[in-house]
Amino acid sequence: MKLYARNVGPCPHRDDFTGESGMKLADFVCFEATVSELQAADRDAVIAELVGALHKAGRLGKNDKDKVKRAIIRRENEASTGMGKAVAVPHVKHDAVSRPVAVVGLSRRGIDFKALDKQPVYSVILLISPTDNPENHLKAMECMFGHLLNEKFRSFLRQAATSAEVEDLLREADENPSL
Amino acid sequence: MQPEDQTLDQVVFELEIQIKNADGLHMRPAMQFVDLASKFESEIVVSNDQTSVDGKSIMQMSMLAATCGTKLKVRAEGPDAKEAIDALRELVEVKKFDEPAPGEKK
Repeated sequence: MKLYARNVGPCPHRDDFTGESGMKLADFVCFEATVSELQAADRDAVIAELVGALHKAGRLGKNDKDKVKRAIIRRENEASTGMGKAVAVPHVKHDAVSRPVAVVGLSRRGIDFKALDKQPVYSVILLISPTDNPENHLKAMECMFGHLLNEKFRSFLRQAATSAEVEDLLREADENPSL
Repeated sequence: MQPEDQTLDQVVFELEIQIKNADGLHMRPAMQFVDLASKFESEIVVSNDQTSVDGKSIMQMSMLAATCGTKLKVRAEGPDAKEAIDALRELVEVKKFDEPAPGEKK
């Protein structure tokens, strides 16, 4: 039996990701936790701010919050997830979650993520996946990168002014991947 | 593995390679692949059943999301196509991205 008790948040989630069409953003992005104007100015503080937002939305226990934050920073130090085009996707596999959960953060000033193209990052999608299910982690990554490859999606995401606009964009992208 | 087409400096090699590490082609292995592919002059295209992507783009390679056991077609075209294919096959199937195979300890 799988325990989902830790996921006490209000985010609606499907129970499985076995659909033919693969995973959708709305299946794992916690819209309630979106930070449309990140206050943090550096990479580690941005990670802390986004993990804190997931905790506030009820997706991470208090004790797990700091562990997850440290694990993501450790992963980021191994190799930057700033893969260029002003986007970063910090992520980690951690027992604190029983299914993939992600949060979107937007920075107006730009963050130094030691990105591959050495440019500042304006859009961050932080992902936490369970340790025991590499397939679902890959499906979430496939979904994220599928959309991030679309220049229009990247541009709309960066320009979204509010959490509601981020949610609208992500749901629209789910329905119409080419926007 | 046979060259499909050979002119003076344009050679095409194509090979099916299988993902063998337990966690599959997540971002770190994808980066290793891209780093290695980028060392070669040849154009590298990687395909699964549905799509073909640029083997030198981290975003595109991450989108493949190939799980352990998945077979990918790698196609190299250019003056160092054979060397590229050999090196990429070794990274994926022999070194397994320096990661454990299923059942192996981390």
